[in-house]
Amino acid sequence: MAELSEEQVRDVAMLSRLELTDDEIRHYTKDLGSILGYVEQLNELDTSSVLPTSHSFHVENVFREDIVRPSLSNEEALANAPDHEDECFKVPAVLQDGGGA
Amino acid sequence: MATYEPVIGFEVHTELSTATKIFCGCDITYGAPPNTQVCPICLGMPGVLPVLNRQAIEYTIRTAIALNCEITERTVFDRKNYYYPDLPKNYQISQNYASLGLNGYVDLDVNGTTKRVRINNVHLEEDAGKLIHPDIPGADYSLVDLNRAGTALIEIVSEPDIDNADEALAYMQTLKNLLEYIEVSDCKMQEGRLRFEVNISVREVGTKTLGTKVEIKNLNSMKTALKCIEYETRRQSDALNRGEKIIQETRLWDEAVGATRAMRSKEDAHDYRYFPDPDLVEVHITPEWREEVRAHLPELQDAKRRRFVEEYGLPEYDARVLTSAKKTATYYEHAVAAHKNPKSLSNWMMTEVLRELNARDVEADEFPLKSEGLASIVRMIDEGKISGKIAKDVFAKAVETGRAPEEIVQSEGLLQVSDTGEIEKFVDEAIAENPDMVAKIQGGNAKTIQALVGQVMKKSRGKANPALVNELINRKLQS
Ligand SMILES: [Zn+2]
Repeated sequence: MAELSEEQVRDVAMLSRLELTDDEIRHYTKDLGSILGYVEQLNELDTSSVLPTSHSFHVENVFREDIVRPSLSNEEALANAPDHEDECFKVPAVLQDGGGA
Repeated sequence: MATYEPVIGFEVHTELSTATKIFCGCDITYGAPPNTQVCPICLGMPGVLPVLNRQAIEYTIRTAIALNCEITERTVFDRKNYYYPDLPKNYQISQNYASLGLNGYVDLDVNGTTKRVRINNVHLEEDAGKLIHPDIPGADYSLVDLNRAGTALIEIVSEPDIDNADEALAYMQTLKNLLEYIEVSDCKMQEGRLRFEVNISVREVGTKTLGTKVEIKNLNSMKTALKCIEYETRRQSDALNRGEKIIQETRLWDEAVGATRAMRSKEDAHDYRYFPDPDLVEVHITPEWREEVRAHLPELQDAKRRRFVEEYGLPEYDARVLTSAKKTATYYEHAVAAHKNPKSLSNWMMTEVLRELNARDVEADEFPLKSEGLASIVRMIDEGKISGKIAKDVFAKAVETGRAPEEIVQSEGLLQVSDTGEIEKFVDEAIAENPDMVAKIQGGNAKTIQALVGQVMKKSRGKANPALVNELINRKLQS
């Protein structure tokens, strides 16, 4: 069984924007490690003749037609936002760098 | 000091011309007020289910076929996980493990020689929203507009086969043209609908080993991409000549400085933890479906050029120029549909229209004079309503003001005078005022007739019908 290191837990927490105390890091290293160990039991199965799959049921080609449907109003869109300004969501300053698309 | 040459690859993003977003029915028309083209799906609300837009898949298959790719028969969508405020779900739905198109190529014409650039893959994903940074010094917040979030986006990833700026420009132009020809995107760059990222490394001239590559984002025009290639080639060459190492990193183009700079954040330590999106099922592109899309590909550039020669009787050269951009070809065809004089319309396109498009740096679909307007100018000439010279003035005025040519002709009294009585008056005056010309004509100097016609035209301020003037002069001087 692969050991999970505290370093890996810190990395995952950073990527998920979670701030964890040293105690929590130790705690999750142990918990996540045992979860991974549990899932790892699946590796005991011989899956060499099974195709990789992303779903447990076989459904394919579910589409919608390219037809415009009503959107929310600006008020509705912003209703749950913690903060907004003008017609936009307001968020803590971000560096101009970044974004992925 | 060693001489280095660049090795360049591109990632090109283009927003598809679907009516709606990739996974929801929100309208994607450009320019709507912020956050009015959003719904629970594209806002990433909990518990919603994305459903794939069939048209987006068809457009991606079309693009992959046009780029000579193998079509992945069973393609899936994956989640690319990262946190950024322009991405409400905290993941982007993209394709990582089974891109729709693989191993294609595109042939470029670079100064008369053919250059093949391999395409690594073509895949479909969703666009992110827009961040607006308030123009207030020290502002500690950003604003987010999610209208664009969820717009269907194709990414075309090339191999690093591009060796210089000329090839880079040819690649960008060829790709843009192809995407327009297959009608999957309008490629409006000023609306961010076609965007470039460049991967660039340098290697010593004569060697084959690839250097460390740098990725540059934020290139919103071809001109910027070329400046960036030039800058990076120099920066990396200088660094290597100083004995420094190139760091693999993502850099941003800073237009104000005219240079690239390293990204400040450590976000670049990318670990996107891709995994198949459990909300979306497999897309099975059967060979029948694939062949059907292939059979219905819109007319491509070469075919259109050949048809222009056959159907409109244009010289090869004209046909080549008119089809060099899809939007120009469409403009021309609409004009011909409105007035059946293909050769004359082609002449106007080749001279007046293309000159004005270049001068204004716009494409044909943004030209202030619409194709019907051009057709009406040529129609008025053909019907003898205006002279060719007046037509040029009307064209200039219509382009300048956006007014309809017929309206300009009407309101400015430019209609050609074919009323014999009125022209006769001008002819009589001209004959009386130019006895020497008259003598020459009567002495057998035929060329002088044109000079006298010119005098009459001047008196009529260009509005007299020249054929009629000619006839009247002949008749009067012979009798
Ligand atoms: Zn939506």
